Amino acid sequence: MSTDDNKVKPEGAAAVMYAARLAEGDFQIQRCRRCETAFFYPRELCPACGSGEVEWFAPSGRGQVYATTTVRRRAEAGGDYNVALIDLEEGPRLMSRVEGIEPQAVAIGMAVRARVAVSDGQGLLLFDAQETEKGSAQ
Amino acid sequence: MTDSSLRHLRGKTAIAGVATFGCGEAPGYSDMDLLANAARRAVADAGLTMKDIDGVCTASVLATMWPMEVVENLGINARFIDGTMIGGSSFVAHLMPAMLALESGQCDAVLVCYGSAQRTSTLNRKEVAAARRRMDPQPYEHPYQPMMPLSAYALAASRHMHEFGTTREQLAAVAVAARQWAQRNPDAFMRDPLSVEQVLSSRMVSDPLTVRDSCLVTDGGGAYVLVRAERARDLPKPPVYVLGSGTAVWHRQISSMPDLTVTAAKQSGAAAYQMAGMTAKDMHIAELYDAFTINTILFLEDLGFCAKGEGGAFVEDGHIAPGGSLPVNTNGGGLSWGHPGMYGIFATIEAVRQLRGEGGERQAGQADTAIVQGNGGTLSSQSTAILGSAAAL
Repeated sequence: MSTDDNKVKPEGAAAVMYAARLAEGDFQIQRCRRCETAFFYPRELCPACGSGEVEWFAPSGRGQVYATTTVRRRAEAGGDYNVALIDLEEGPRLMSRVEGIEPQAVAIGMAVRARVAVSDGQGLLLFDAQETEKGSAQ
Repeated sequence: MTDSSLRHLRGKTAIAGVATFGCGEAPGYSDMDLLANAARRAVADAGLTMKDIDGVCTASVLATMWPMEVVENLGINARFIDGTMIGGSSFVAHLMPAMLALESGQCDAVLVCYGSAQRTSTLNRKEVAAARRRMDPQPYEHPYQPMMPLSAYALAASRHMHEFGTTREQLAAVAVAARQWAQRNPDAFMRDPLSVEQVLSSRMVSDPLTVRDSCLVTDGGGAYVLVRAERARDLPKPPVYVLGSGTAVWHRQISSMPDLTVTAAKQSGAAAYQMAGMTAKDMHIAELYDAFTINTILFLEDLGFCAKGEGGAFVEDGHIAPGGSLPVNTNGGGLSWGHPGMYGIFATIEAVRQLRGEGGERQAGQADTAIVQGNGGTLSSQSTAILGSAAAL
């Protein structure tokens, strides 16, 4: 019998659980049970207080563009694309790509909504621009 | 009670020798070959021989056990070794452990050394990036294909422009000032005239940063020798004293940076100023790691040369160019002098040369104090050094 020190979770560490859920189209992030800080990317300990007592939850999916850049690429290689930092409504920031509008039209402060694209058994978190003038950002 | 300011270390050690080698293009030389040649010259510049070296600080972007290779290649029997690798700021950060080792008596002469053949190497940067994706994965950034490190700095620039109204013209002013300094430096890699218009119309890579907002890719080796101050006074070159040193790391990935307009240089700079008992007003020159034009603006703000958000106006007013109130990146910087992968050691070496009055045509007048800002990763690690001549003690 091994001691507690050697008991690993059968489903794997947080990073593996995140990826497994994402591959099924399910976007979940972690929150500390002790200090209640929500955080991203998935990890074993709360980066705010060091606690190992963390839980998963489904964020609203709403977020806002914090910073943005258009990576220039030749048209024959697929053309320009967006890289953005998104602040989730729950607080955490993450890198993603905003789709649905031209890369150059992605603007800081723009409301976006999360979407999981699944292909080849892998999930990729993307964001769609929300048409703020119609008030659908809420 | 311990004194967390480390004020007791102020001026206790000095850089006695510096050298660069093969900066620009060095076909036929490996990282180690460039390091070895720079090391030999720095040790000779200090009036020492390699047998006198009993401490080594070094880092490599490729080799994980690099200090052992350096010790072996140079034939050093080191009593003190530090291989801290936090990107381009490493060789500025090495000052503190080296100082502590010298002060404790662990060793008597520390060689800080680096070499990179990244421009002419047969291992191109694409291959390195591909290998790194396997060895050091960043699964929450890589899938979005940011052009790293450039896109991280572009994101920071986008945020600075959004919050403070910083303009592309102001970013370009950083590149133009660096080029004006480079034109006074025969060792600089790019010395053609450069205008703001030329920067603005150069190839956009990752908005808002163009190729001219970005550092060069060059080869080069650099080294410096640190000894206790009393010994430095008996060596041939004027000692350059370490007055302050501080290092801070807040993140690795740009997506984990708390505020893209405030770097950890605010913390590392405060620690260095506290140790030196000085402020920005006391600094005669500044060597700020300009991997990209936004860096210079961020560091001017975070190190207290202007208020947060005013860096753009500060550089546009010509303060940092030759003839300005604060000579910055007097060798031409990473933007125009050269950038062999990790630039921190070269910023340190240029500060030493200026403090010795060895700048030649680019000498920024009588300089007795210098601040050096090392930067690593994606604005991730920051290390500040405050150096001074005997007049600054």
